[in-house]
Amino acid sequence: MSRVMDIIKDETLTYQQQLLQLARYAENTEGPFLQSEEYQKAFAKGILCDLGEGMAPYRPRYIAPDYSILMEKGCKFLELDPPKDLLEATNALLIMYKHVPSITSFPVYLGNLDTLLEPFVVKMDRDEAKKILKLFLLHIDKTLVDSFVHADLGPKDSLTGRIILELTEEMQLAMPNLTLKYDSEVTPDDYAICAIKCMLKTSKPSFANHKMFVSEWGEDYVIASCYNGLKLAGGGYTLPRVRMYELSKEATSIEDFKKRVLPYYTELMLQFMDNRIRFIVEQSNFFKSNFLVKEGFVKRENFTGMFGLVGLGECCNNLLGITDKMKGYGHNKQADDLGVEIMEQLSSLIAAHKGLYCESTNNQYRLHAQVGIDSDGRENSPGARISIGAEPELMDHILHSCRFHKYFPTGIGDIFKFEETWYNTPESLLDIIKGALANGMRYFSGYLANNDVVRVTGYLVKKSELAKLDRGEASLNQCTVFGQGARNTSNALDRRIESYDQSTGK
Amino acid sequence: MIKAPVNKIISFSNVDGPGNRTSIFFQSCPFHCLYCHNPETINYCIHCGKCVKTCPVEALSMINGKVVWDKDKCVSCDTCIKTCPNLSSPKITYMSVDEVLQHIIKSKPFIKGITVSGGECTNQHQFLVELFKEVHKLGLTTFMDSNGCRLYSEMADLMEVTDKVMLDVKAYDNDFHKLITGSDNDIVLKNLNYLLENDKIYEVRTVLLNNHQQNIKTVENVSRIIKDKCIYKLIKYRPFGVREEGLQFCGRAIISDQQINEMKELALANGATNVRIV
Repeated sequence: MSRVMDIIKDETLTYQQQLLQLARYAENTEGPFLQSEEYQKAFAKGILCDLGEGMAPYRPRYIAPDYSILMEKGCKFLELDPPKDLLEATNALLIMYKHVPSITSFPVYLGNLDTLLEPFVVKMDRDEAKKILKLFLLHIDKTLVDSFVHADLGPKDSLTGRIILELTEEMQLAMPNLTLKYDSEVTPDDYAICAIKCMLKTSKPSFANHKMFVSEWGEDYVIASCYNGLKLAGGGYTLPRVRMYELSKEATSIEDFKKRVLPYYTELMLQFMDNRIRFIVEQSNFFKSNFLVKEGFVKRENFTGMFGLVGLGECCNNLLGITDKMKGYGHNKQADDLGVEIMEQLSSLIAAHKGLYCESTNNQYRLHAQVGIDSDGRENSPGARISIGAEPELMDHILHSCRFHKYFPTGIGDIFKFEETWYNTPESLLDIIKGALANGMRYFSGYLANNDVVRVTGYLVKKSELAKLDRGEASLNQCTVFGQGARNTSNALDRRIESYDQSTGK
Repeated sequence: MIKAPVNKIISFSNVDGPGNRTSIFFQSCPFHCLYCHNPETINYCIHCGKCVKTCPVEALSMINGKVVWDKDKCVSCDTCIKTCPNLSSPKITYMSVDEVLQHIIKSKPFIKGITVSGGECTNQHQFLVELFKEVHKLGLTTFMDSNGCRLYSEMADLMEVTDKVMLDVKAYDNDFHKLITGSDNDIVLKNLNYLLENDKIYEVRTVLLNNHQQNIKTVENVSRIIKDKCIYKLIKYRPFGVREEGLQFCGRAIISDQQINEMKELALANGATNVRIV
């Protein structure tokens, strides 16, 4: 049977999921014209990977429109006037969301919802505002059916933010993904505690290190998709990845890895990124004719290239000949130090390359700790993470993460799973988050062990939806299938649970 | 240099006082509570060597008449603790104030303070005085989790550097207290009043047994004494970790939600405003 027939007959796909897969199939009939022969060899070996982005990209991978323009000026192309109240504002946003392209065809960024909507919310009855926001969130969950759809809050306290947190906890939906931009000097403790309680029950919002992102991107940054830092009114063109474990297998020694293997494959990937970006900007129609560009919702110079990697930990262990993960990366200074050396070198190699069409990031592409896909298997943990099943105790885990997060301005994060008592002591978790962010952690996610909505590697799925797929039924969220793969191949839902009893051995 | 027997240090604890805290468990306790869930903290090791023979990974050895524990070989299976006939553990480290401080300095960015526990931490009176002084210099708070077996009024130097105490009042009735712990409760009750008078109390804890008539007497009297001055934590007795002798007395059943809620209502009616069930 052909791939097309497979898609047409697959009973676990919704109509929309079929349509997108058929479109990807059609795109790929153009063949690998953007890939050099050397890249294709590296691809065949599993060292480099384009994340199935498609052979002929017809839009940037991630687009982060400046929705404040919609609020102030409306949109000519969509014939929308500037909204005058909350109902008009949420309706205008919902209309626009459906016209924001991305790699998934769903918008990966929905705006800083509190700053966009607060002027309307504060002018009206709280219950009425809550009702409208509830319908807004429900509409998003049922039509933007992809967990990489992402909204931001913070860092300032707001009535809108508080209502959205209340609704998020009440509604228990996988979409949208949610981030609280957090700065201990700006975000009040009681607001952060609302967010923590919501996070423990629904696996969102995650806490983003606002100071750190501002230092790299300026105030006008966004968190989109999983945990991706990007420039507002910009985005990310493309995100190919190096599988670091496979890369380490090319080397005969650590010295060979540093002197030959890493520079060679980094260069291959940078060239591949150049090719894709040149095509998106110069050939495809997006930057020439899309209304988002024409009306200034995005600007070409605010986009950048994202250099992804997975499996740093396994790479270090392999280079050092460590086979017992409990004695390797995350538990072993030599392995951790090697990880830092590799990241320093990789950062320099990327910085030395003049990137195309990415003026706002100083003509340089930026590193991204990619969360992995199921075909990566057990030997390539997301980004720079410690393997699931080999996690050290929470403090050591956080201090380890803090060594690596600074290298990844376009995103890296860690996820921690807590037992039930933590819901009753959110101030304890706030202490931990404050300490983590102050020590250089970029992005902190947590959830309770018995939740339905859980964070897999960066995106959210519902365990009840996984069960549907397991039974051969369709799931509305097109990410559920990724969660199923990550659960089956890399035990992504079995991460260490932080519990007092575990710490005390009781 | 003064050293103290440390059973365990937990970098992050969310159940030992306000916020996230580093908890330090010291070995030895003058009480022998029947429902103790970590009875291996009660006595000092007498180096009988029985555990050395049962360790499945040879992490224990007898050197010059002393049991020596190899932390790196240990797989935390707790076979040694199950073997020990003496309510002790071979996994005790004698640490100096500086060594304990090194742990605390590492966790400092993540915590509000430290809590010393046990065993009974006041058995290490002088050590705590030195430790707490140093911890205050780090800008962290110092809490004691104590059973109140020694008169605080006679340890002025320790109380001066202790921010708050979490006190166990296991029973108000002296005979019952003696049955459960092996000791009288007159000092405990004096200590409760001392802490209230000196604004040093953070919370009082009482363990409640299933279907036991002493529950009412203890909760009734303690809640009248503490009123709204501190948290009153009502803890469900749980059989996990309890030794055979304790299981025989306390049973294996956990107090029902209905019973413990009635105790909470009683405490609230007596003016305790912050009652928590654990």
